[in-house]
Amino acid sequence: MKVELRDPNKIMKLSRLGSFHQSKLSFLRSFLNEFKEWEYKRDLFNLNENGFGEAVYSFKKNKRVYSLVCFANEIKDEERSDRVIATKWDAAFTLHDGVPTKKDIERLKNEVPKQEVGRLSYKELTLSRANKSVRIYNHVVESLSKGQQPDLNLLSKVGYLYRTTAVYGSGKFGLADRFRIKNREEINGPFRLEMMLVYLVRQFTFDQVNHVAYYKNPKTAVKLDDNICKNLGIGNSTGLGMAPFIVNHPTLLNNWILSREKALKKIREIKDVESQDSDLFIDCVKKSLKNITSWNTDSEYQQTKITSLLKDVEKFLNFINKDFNFEIEYPFNKIYQWLEDNTCEECIEYIVSIMMEPYNNIVNPLVKEMSSDEEKYFNIPTYRKVEELQNIIEKKYPNILDINFDEKENNKNFWFISKNKEEPRLADRFEEHGSELEQPLAIARDIKKLYDKLLVSKNSLTIAEFLTSNSELRHVVRRAFIVEKFPYSEIQDNTIGKDLMPIDMLRLKLSFFGALKFDPRSDKWLRICMFQGAPLPNELKNYDEQWVYKTNI
Amino acid sequence: MKSLSEIETTVKRASKAAGYSWGVSEETGKSIRLLELFSLPGIKHLNEYLNQKNKSKFESLSLISENNSSLKNPYCPITLGVSFLDQINVLENLKKIEFKNVAYPIIFISFISRSSEIIGKKINVKIDEKKMLLNLNVNIFSNFIDQEFPKIANTIEVNLLENEDNFTDEEWNNLYKLSEETFVEESDSLKEGAAGAGLTDND
Repeated sequence: MKVELRDPNKIMKLSRLGSFHQSKLSFLRSFLNEFKEWEYKRDLFNLNENGFGEAVYSFKKNKRVYSLVCFANEIKDEERSDRVIATKWDAAFTLHDGVPTKKDIERLKNEVPKQEVGRLSYKELTLSRANKSVRIYNHVVESLSKGQQPDLNLLSKVGYLYRTTAVYGSGKFGLADRFRIKNREEINGPFRLEMMLVYLVRQFTFDQVNHVAYYKNPKTAVKLDDNICKNLGIGNSTGLGMAPFIVNHPTLLNNWILSREKALKKIREIKDVESQDSDLFIDCVKKSLKNITSWNTDSEYQQTKITSLLKDVEKFLNFINKDFNFEIEYPFNKIYQWLEDNTCEECIEYIVSIMMEPYNNIVNPLVKEMSSDEEKYFNIPTYRKVEELQNIIEKKYPNILDINFDEKENNKNFWFISKNKEEPRLADRFEEHGSELEQPLAIARDIKKLYDKLLVSKNSLTIAEFLTSNSELRHVVRRAFIVEKFPYSEIQDNTIGKDLMPIDMLRLKLSFFGALKFDPRSDKWLRICMFQGAPLPNELKNYDEQWVYKTNI
Repeated sequence: MKSLSEIETTVKRASKAAGYSWGVSEETGKSIRLLELFSLPGIKHLNEYLNQKNKSKFESLSLISENNSSLKNPYCPITLGVSFLDQINVLENLKKIEFKNVAYPIIFISFISRSSEIIGKKINVKIDEKKMLLNLNVNIFSNFIDQEFPKIANTIEVNLLENEDNFTDEEWNNLYKLSEETFVEESDSLKEGAAGAGLTDND
């Protein structure tokens, strides 16, 4: 039986993309898989009794070394902020390519804590900073110093000791350009070095609390239990900065979604499912319930989604237990069809992610297809004709063409870059100033404009001729030719409409990172948790691949 | 040191701020990135050009022909470059294209270099008396790399080169002959046993 890939016009809607969950394809899981054989080491741990100072952690294999250089700094409580406008953080980090010399560490000590206003070099690969979850951090230090393990109920409410507030890579602030390292086999997957940084930062947070607790009371202090460490992740606060990324990297977005869609298609096409595979699938769904019930958020929007997710996953388990037999042919296809008919988008995508768990043979080759050589698709095929471009748009953007952008509600917002922080922002064009400096992120509107222009142009014109008098549409001409080849490269929705939920765009990207427990703090930023339940670095050589569904707190 | 990613982003934004469309600004970002990758003064000349753009008039040229001349004001290197890039499949049929009076020609060169990759042909460019060879966008070779690049080119001559060897048959044959010394002369038994396919398997 041949199953078709799902329709991009359905899957690339923001409500669906905003319902995606982590899976085996997620970058933090594929990072662990890639680096599990590497040698992990803590090379330097030079903190004072209050936990301030430098530390270096590394992964090494053959002659390649990646080193996380950490700087823990003392800051006042009032200086601590997760917002991008902050200028000081509890800790700052960079991933250095190789073994840093003393001179490198001195240089980095001056630059890394400054973050966006510091300068890095081609020897650094990623940059980040993090703040303590003060309540949890203090409680853990206090408990450990008294010889006790911390209160698990309290830990479960947050899930981490530190929260990163940005992770930068790919040439930002002088960091190495991607092209310098792109041929390294171990990083043939998106955001792999960003994932490494976050993973090693997590270990630093455990080492730091142990260290501070010890110096607080050397006689009674105990170490944080490994099992508790394992069940703590690293938090992340994310704002609108992520949203333009998925618009500005269409072929990369396509490759992420296409890999997911190919995995689902192949799983639906399995005629006979082995009982060990169906057992693993059901076990993961059952155990994952803990991830839903321990998903805390004050956001009513997310609470509603969690409630319907929980209800639908329970309904699904009931269906599997009572009405379903895995011995039928193409059982996963039947399951998928049942999900589409009976559950919400959040639940469909949740179960789709878990379907991948038994199938390393399907998923692992797809992980290698998730990067993109974007330069290859940049040039516009200007020899092609207006008629061809018109056909592409009609075929690839059918719903976009139905939107009336003369209506105020469809044209309500504009994206801009803030002068203060050089970060993307979203505002109401009818209430705020600045829309004349709008960023080219209103793709739906501009595609519609392009289409209207094409309708009144001669079909036989070449694109080169068309562009001589329509330069303002050049950016969307390029995109239309990209979407022709890459069906999942475009969000099939209006990114400037009144009903836009920007966090859907963030959620999409974060789900591919492998984030859990999305906690929207408004419609424009959210907190998440990464690596909760993941093996510790010294356990990597032999770990349970389904760790993500087995958290205990 | 600025990364190429920073260069591309900043050039894109600066070009947009200078009045170009987002699409053209994206092209400019790519082109200046390329110049800087090749250690050519892209940022310097773009900076000067964008400053000049507010004070002086520059001409746009939409459709390029064999001979292109702007008598009054110099051509804008960006619109000229984008036009060249867009029309390269047509221009490929011309052997020689001439432009008179072009501002900041190094910026224009970056677009011609990208065009060289699109058509898969090397391009020779003569800026007044200075020569450059644009090698399929892999590198730019020139005889005046240490000299200041001109701010105005009186004449730019663009020659699209046919894909031909740049060595003689004799030079090649000599080298080939030498390479043959790594081969083994086959005896009858080697002829029979050493090949993968059988002697009768000749379809």
